[in-house]
Amino acid sequence: MTQIELPSYLEQSGEVKARFDDIKQREVILELKDLEKVFSTAKGDVTALKNINFKAHRREFVCVIGASGCGKSTLIRILAGLESASAGEVLLDGKPVSGPGPDRGMVFQGYTLFPWLTVKKNVMFGLRSQGLGYATAESEALQWIDLVGLEKFSDSYPDQLSGGMKQRVAIARALANKPRILLMDEPYGALDVQTRSKMQSYLLEIWHNIDITVLFITHDLDEAIYLADRILVLKSHPGEVEEIIEVPVPRPRDPEQFISPEFLATRKRIDQLIHPPITEDGEDKLNMIRLTRVGDEVEP
Amino acid sequence: MSSSPWFAPRIALSTKRTRVLTIVSFLLPLLIWSAISYLPFLWHPKIKIVEPGDVSYFKINMLVDREVFDKETLKVKEVGKVLPIGTRANPIYLPAPHEVAKAFVTSFTTEPQRRSEQWLHESLWHSITIIFFGFILSSLVGVPIGVLCGTYAAVSRINEPFIEFFRYLPAPAFGALAVAVLGIYDGPKIAIIFIGTFFQQVLIVSNTTRKLDISLLEAALTLGAKRMQLLFKVVIPGILPDLFRDLRILLGWAWTYLIVAELIGTSSGITWFITQQARYKNFDNVFAAIMMIGIIGLLSDIILAKLGKYIFPWERSANKA
Repeated sequence: MTQIELPSYLEQSGEVKARFDDIKQREVILELKDLEKVFSTAKGDVTALKNINFKAHRREFVCVIGASGCGKSTLIRILAGLESASAGEVLLDGKPVSGPGPDRGMVFQGYTLFPWLTVKKNVMFGLRSQGLGYATAESEALQWIDLVGLEKFSDSYPDQLSGGMKQRVAIARALANKPRILLMDEPYGALDVQTRSKMQSYLLEIWHNIDITVLFITHDLDEAIYLADRILVLKSHPGEVEEIIEVPVPRPRDPEQFISPEFLATRKRIDQLIHPPITEDGEDKLNMIRLTRVGDEVEP
Repeated sequence: MSSSPWFAPRIALSTKRTRVLTIVSFLLPLLIWSAISYLPFLWHPKIKIVEPGDVSYFKINMLVDREVFDKETLKVKEVGKVLPIGTRANPIYLPAPHEVAKAFVTSFTTEPQRRSEQWLHESLWHSITIIFFGFILSSLVGVPIGVLCGTYAAVSRINEPFIEFFRYLPAPAFGALAVAVLGIYDGPKIAIIFIGTFFQQVLIVSNTTRKLDISLLEAALTLGAKRMQLLFKVVIPGILPDLFRDLRILLGWAWTYLIVAELIGTSSGITWFITQQARYKNFDNVFAAIMMIGIIGLLSDIILAKLGKYIFPWERSANKA
């Protein structure tokens, strides 16, 4: 196979470089300081996360990627306040956070819409919890439903919607609280490929239209590169930051860019980081037993 | 499609087949009952005397065992006297379907034998009120405790171990105690229904509550919901349809305690009617009364099921998908 000559993923065009310079100038929304998470199990302590240091700037789109079991879900649950860190701090706008709160919106992989509430009332949930009156909450909710393009379904129940639509409601519901940051935990993991790519474009559009910082967890390389300004690559056991990659693909993003040299170079780099080449003939190698009939041999 | 199999694991039947089988499930027992009642060669262990002949103690309409009849007939035959005539019959405790059907009407229209006694509809209504109050009282206490047990581990720990123990104590065992405390009228009866329902109810409701998807609570937390809001805006609405289903099942259990409850203190309600009619050997009335309990139970469950579909519209849409 011929090797295509790819530029380094570290090479940035002037336009991209200017954008990163601009982002770094902006205020820090979320800061993780020496974050550590240790789980006590019957077999002893397991360090899930270690030495996590990171700053997300305003309106930045950050993806966190890593092999399964690297602790990326634990990380986002700590940020959301659903789990507590064993050591270190999470600062939102410079103030430490403890426990969940409406200043950090969360979108889960499993939709988690309230099945007994209509789309509109799901989106109103956070607003009402904060003590907003029904009429105000309703009119605000309807604006967010408009934003995600579901105005025709505002009186439907979640179970009447497709997976992609449910996830749009979940995004609207999280955004309605006007959080400082939107945390997304593999939100499109359960969607089929077509819906998923449509949802990615939707998300970029929404992000473009409002003042929101996004932290997005995924295990899909293309998804991460397509969406992110920066990608936090996590290493497994213990989960540590392996590298923070500044994605050299210019914005606005377009699915056409999936085969652009910058995109492929970045992809190759992340792939190396999370799938290191297997050196020893260990358990990862398959035992090759042929079960086919004679006559269909394929060239090795 | 006619080719689809009748027996496929977990596959739903067509509406037509469902209807047919529902009818058959009621028709089949009725058919067996009719066969035993109307086909004289099936069972019929007795002989009903039509003409006593010269057997001194036979009387018209008397029921005797077949062997006795044969023996007496033989005896009479030997001495050359008039033979008795009889038809095969079932024992008195197995009335034929048409007799029970008739009893459905006549038991309502028959005046009570004594002035202190009640009409059947009064007895039935009394039974229904006992069930109603026993079940409502149990639910008023049991459902909130169950929901709290399912929501908060601390509440569960302080309640459930004792309740686990208590639920094994048979409710009827408290009959004498209930009479001593609550008198001989309706009090102890309601208490038995309560004891029979309450302890199971707490455990079932707390289990249902625990089955609520915890990620819904997490989502609510990230949306800014506070403690009480979690309980009232997430937990309770989230379990309502399942809670309703639980209560339907528990109401069925409450009915099974009715007979015992009504025998405590002064016997009353439908149980009084049944025991009274059995004493008079009006087994057609006994059967009719037993069936009335079944019909009332089934009807109330069907009504509640329909009501459930109406008050939980999101469940309806989920079933369609």
